[in-house]
Amino acid sequence: MSNEEIKTIISELLPNATFEEGGEWLNIGIDASEWKDAAQKLRNCAAAPFNFLFCLTCVDWKTHFTMVYHLRSTTTLDNIVVKVKLDRVNPEVITVCDIWLGAELFEREVYDLFGVIFLEHPDLRRLLLTDDWVGYPLRKDYDDPINMIKL
Amino acid sequence: MVEEIGKTAEGDLIINVGPQHPATHGVLHLVITLNGETIKKVEPHLGYIHRSIEKMCESLTYRQFIYTTSRMDYLSAHINNHACALTVEKGLGIEIPARAQVIRVLMDELTRIASHELWWGAMAMDLGAFTPFFHAFRERETINEIMEETCGARLTMNYMVPGGVMVDLHPNFQSRVKNFLKLYKRKIHEYDELVTGNIIFQNRMKGVGYLTKEAAISYGVTGPAARGSGVSCDVRKHYPYEIYNQIQFDEILETEGDSFARYMVRLREMNESIKIIEQLIDNIPEGDFQAKTKAVLKLPKGEFYQRVETARGELGVYIVSEGGTTPYRIKFRSPGFSNLACLDHITRGGKIGDLIASMGTLDLVIPDIDR
Repeated sequence: MSNEEIKTIISELLPNATFEEGGEWLNIGIDASEWKDAAQKLRNCAAAPFNFLFCLTCVDWKTHFTMVYHLRSTTTLDNIVVKVKLDRVNPEVITVCDIWLGAELFEREVYDLFGVIFLEHPDLRRLLLTDDWVGYPLRKDYDDPINMIKL
Repeated sequence: MVEEIGKTAEGDLIINVGPQHPATHGVLHLVITLNGETIKKVEPHLGYIHRSIEKMCESLTYRQFIYTTSRMDYLSAHINNHACALTVEKGLGIEIPARAQVIRVLMDELTRIASHELWWGAMAMDLGAFTPFFHAFRERETINEIMEETCGARLTMNYMVPGGVMVDLHPNFQSRVKNFLKLYKRKIHEYDELVTGNIIFQNRMKGVGYLTKEAAISYGVTGPAARGSGVSCDVRKHYPYEIYNQIQFDEILETEGDSFARYMVRLREMNESIKIIEQLIDNIPEGDFQAKTKAVLKLPKGEFYQRVETARGELGVYIVSEGGTTPYRIKFRSPGFSNLACLDHITRGGKIGDLIASMGTLDLVIPDIDR
């Protein structure tokens, strides 16, 4: 399907979603409060069930965080990108690890490196860093006098 | 019994496998909750080889950051470099010469064979057979020598750069590859005779580590591990890059979903790679091996995502650019990370003795998971 067709299907499914085109894939902006419901709908979308979450990450824009979810439908091979804007002071978003099981580890990684709190996550602990690590390294204002890489 | 699975109760035994354990092939630490011999839970503890490659890349230029990716999945260094080079090329909108494309595909497929060879040897070693390791290394060494001659390195190649490849092929390349093909065809039957047909091996591999198609998709499993469960997910077929859409090869699928199916996928995949190499080795076009690019690369503002099929599955490179010379944010969607996510699922309820047979066929490379 073309991005236009996907857009028509999704705007029917999620009337409050905002769209951004121009990139390779359709970007869909969803409000954090509606994300869980929207995720469930995208997963069960009849025309193209987006059942494969192949990338989950976060971008620190200094004023806010953006959660980026890359989704694919294994039946139609369509791709979409879902973006959820989060408050930077108090970053909280609902977990989707019961919809896409693989999200559990991805979300733990994002929690570890960005400090985003995933509500209702079954096991939200640091994944890569040690438990007593202070700060969240992938934030843009992170500074570590010893381990910092500066070129 | 079934109700108990997943809870920690009195009488449960918690054991640690790793971080220094020969069967985890790296510094993976598994905390296993056991009831008798039955696995109740497997919890991976990561980060022993975390080098914060993503953070590092934010201060490296688009020419420099590629070198860090050879250190992620060190057995598919070429393919990692390839993914990064493709992402940067996508951002810059440059076409690379036909010769470079063919060289890249040839190198990718040689890497895939070398990686599967190592996996095959190590897999058999995990199950207690030491001889196959030497058989696998005999062929792998030939590939390493080819790489060394052309790329100057045996493991961390850093050969693919934005715009093409770093240097032209060595004059001996074609004859060496043809010798390798001859050697491989003469020896491949030994793999089946030594290991695949062995009844002890089959008994240990069949019926363990079941992964259903639905679970594979939900966990985000890709590569041979998913294809063993019947998930058609070969990036080379579905989202072809370079010249993969002009080459004849099959996507290998098995439907059983157990360890043996994943094993068979990898063995058969090596033959497909041989097929690809055979098609290309006599048809390397003449011309430039690198497109003309500026000394300092600047990606336009935007987001770029490119995926490739590594020996382990789908590697995605996600670059967020603000228009500067360094990426604003970079994310590597590594195949090992998602494949590891299903480890608990496929081993839970099984026996501790089957853990290695299940885990071995996921082909985890730890630096790829930790990054």
